Amino acid sequence: MLTGLFDIPVLGLVLQLLDFLLNVVTVNGPVILSLATPLALGAMCGVISERSGVVNIGIEGMMLASAFSAWLVASVAAQAFPAEPGFFFGVTPALLIGLAAALATGVAFSLVHAWLSISIRADQIISGTIINIVAFGVTAYLDLLLSRTSQPSGGKFLAFAPPQALLDLPVIGWLFRMVLAQGPITMAAIVIAVVFQVLLFRSRWGLRTRAVGEHPKAAETVGIDVIRLRYQNVLAGGLLAGLAGAWFTIDFGTTFQTGMTNGRGFIALAAMIFGRWHPIGAFGAALLFAASGALGTAIRTTPPPGQLGEILTSIPEQVFSALPYLVTIAVLAGVVGRSVAPAADGQPYEREATH
Amino acid sequence: MTSSPGPTVTAPALEMRGITKRYPGVIANDRIDLTVRPGEIHALLGENGAGKSTLMNILYGLTRPDEGEILLDGEPITIKGPSDAIARGISMVHQHFMLVPVLNVADNILLGAETMANRVFLDRDEARRRIRELGQRFGFEIDPDETVGRLSVGWQQRVEILKALYREARILVLDEPTAVLTPQETKEIFAVLRRLAAEGHSIIFISHKLYEVLEIADRITVIRRGRVVGERLPAETNEEDLAELMVGREVQLVADRGESHPAGVLLSVESLDVGDDRGREVVHGISFEVRAGEIFGIAGVAGNGQDELVEAITGLRRPAAGRIRLGADDVTMADPRQAHEHGISFVPADRHRFGMVTSFALADNLVLTDYYAPPYARRGVRDDAAIAARAEEAIREFDIRTPSATVTAGTLSGGNQQKMVVAREFDRDLRLLVLDQPTRGLDVGSVEFIHRQTVRKRDAGTAVLLVSAELDEVLELSDRIGVMYRGRMVAILDGPTASREHVGLLMATGGQETSPGAPQGAAVPGSAPGGTRA
Repeated sequence: MLTGLFDIPVLGLVLQLLDFLLNVVTVNGPVILSLATPLALGAMCGVISERSGVVNIGIEGMMLASAFSAWLVASVAAQAFPAEPGFFFGVTPALLIGLAAALATGVAFSLVHAWLSISIRADQIISGTIINIVAFGVTAYLDLLLSRTSQPSGGKFLAFAPPQALLDLPVIGWLFRMVLAQGPITMAAIVIAVVFQVLLFRSRWGLRTRAVGEHPKAAETVGIDVIRLRYQNVLAGGLLAGLAGAWFTIDFGTTFQTGMTNGRGFIALAAMIFGRWHPIGAFGAALLFAASGALGTAIRTTPPPGQLGEILTSIPEQVFSALPYLVTIAVLAGVVGRSVAPAADGQPYEREATH
Repeated sequence: MTSSPGPTVTAPALEMRGITKRYPGVIANDRIDLTVRPGEIHALLGENGAGKSTLMNILYGLTRPDEGEILLDGEPITIKGPSDAIARGISMVHQHFMLVPVLNVADNILLGAETMANRVFLDRDEARRRIRELGQRFGFEIDPDETVGRLSVGWQQRVEILKALYREARILVLDEPTAVLTPQETKEIFAVLRRLAAEGHSIIFISHKLYEVLEIADRITVIRRGRVVGERLPAETNEEDLAELMVGREVQLVADRGESHPAGVLLSVESLDVGDDRGREVVHGISFEVRAGEIFGIAGVAGNGQDELVEAITGLRRPAAGRIRLGADDVTMADPRQAHEHGISFVPADRHRFGMVTSFALADNLVLTDYYAPPYARRGVRDDAAIAARAEEAIREFDIRTPSATVTAGTLSGGNQQKMVVAREFDRDLRLLVLDQPTRGLDVGSVEFIHRQTVRKRDAGTAVLLVSAELDEVLELSDRIGVMYRGRMVAILDGPTASREHVGLLMATGGQETSPGAPQGAAVPGSAPGGTRA
């Protein structure tokens, strides 16, 4: 009966498209969630930093450098401490050491950004740009130096395997498959988003963060150390970016490639804006961008049958590779101006001088 | 809580002894002594730059003194920072409110002194309860959940006071608390302050408005050039005496405006609608006329459409509808240069953004409107000699205190910057003079000078349109007064006979409400808070 409707001109085409979209999302749900992870973590790195008034466009570089160090350190550690994948998320000592390296790298880069933009009061856009350029150049150079013939690898975390009985449940089984059959970084991202959201709006830290991002001088006059709080938040953002970087090389994949973050740090910024500087909102936006990526892939690899498929396959496939970026542009064009940044975002804070 | 003693009985709550603070080239505070008793409202009077703010910054821990000591209840203390001051019961209400507009009342009050449910989470219920309780005790009930940005300025000030009370402040410093209030709001705040004093709180009230100080203070300390030059009881002094102490010479407090002799109508504004930057209409169908040789003052709480009206007249903003005529010329769609060439001069409210280029030399700023035309330029090439000659003349005539004509305008003091703008705009062949907050932030001496020049222009036959949030300025200078409320001209009154109370009431209510009582509840409509925070 439904396929009958598909034959109606125009309307039928729209219905076919909707059917295809729904299909892509249901089938690829778990993959979309995984692909959304670095975007969500990167966006939350932006949220935590910008809510306190520091613009961070260096997320891309922080993720890339962390991805590199996670892979390199995990590979080396895997040779030093060979071990079978553990029961819990396939964890090995090498992976944990690699993860720690990624977090440390994220924090180190964010410390540079914090120092330049908070202490030195340099232009925050330039500071972020420097981080992106340095991260790209240094990782590409080191990768070249290693001149690997065989691809060393430290392995990767494994997805959690929930009991089959749960997955077989009708309807909610799909949800379980989607949320539970994930690697540890994706699961962590979900938990972080919820906890971060609650803390931002209900805790002392959250209140102070929002005040400092809106009106730092007001915060200072009630005894809050603006500089210190901004440092804390930017460094915490570094942890999130480090975690996002680790996803690339020890969770989703097992090797590093030059420039592998491929603009995701900037899409994360778009997700932050689209999510109105809310952690949960940023996560939702990340899901949307990830879904558009999955859609692009699905159209290229398994185009739908019938008239719709003919139309889609007649379009150059590069268009679909560019889909997440096109969606980003469209979303930002629609939302920017209505989504309001923290008032003091990007403004260096100078303490009431002795004047 | 001490049982509230009279203002003259007990030992001082706060003593500042021999406070000295030097900056390169200036002594901001020179051995200042200040004694404040419990339950006392103590006014600190002085011109801009006299050292009041420095002294209070020292008290609040924002600045360290070079010499001197601070005693709280007779105990010497050192104050390392704002949180230290707050912990000792000293709170400050800053002139520019230190409130976060997007947060609600409760969060603003909590900030920095959070009431916690446990180690991580706020206890907002308890905070709300305490805020309501404090409000009730001091006679103003406020909704803790209202967003601060939506409150009127008067209520924002109450939030600031609540912030201090929530921290159990015993000594409250209020820095020019009435600068942004209407007379009615001022009265209400005074009532709150008296109540606080009656409960034993000590209040330091910083101001340069003489009559207010006389009305509210129990004692008055006058500071000039970093020194205490006198201490007075209100009963023993008057405005003239205080002004002389404050300035160091006799001051003519009220401009001698004399008789005006207006001629025919020069500026006529007809049913003008103007939108703001977001496209909302904020001036609705305004009509009025200004005659040559008269000062037409516009009174109103900041943010009631005055800015947009002024911008429409001076060519900075296109009106949505209506007409503006200058004599026989239609200037409705004139751009700023055309407006200037039609003989409209403009002294903008924000002189740094619109009145001058701070990084340009004083001389260049003086020809900012005429640089392209003879005698300052010939065939597109500027004539430095002519510009320098012009600068010398203006500096002499308008008493601009500067080392030379080549220093950048940004290095001049506020008063001298404004004199520079005034020199450029007043000293030319003009028909209409538009003054927007011409004396904001200036000291008494500069105010006197600018007022005298304005009256001189009027007497020379110029039409003057004066917009000011300072009601006193409008009352002192205007031959006729228009009151703006929510984008409408709600009344046009005769200047010399208009009463302060009547105009104030029109400013606050638009004349629609019959009761002059305080608006109850939190949100008082009518003023866009964003516009009033400088």
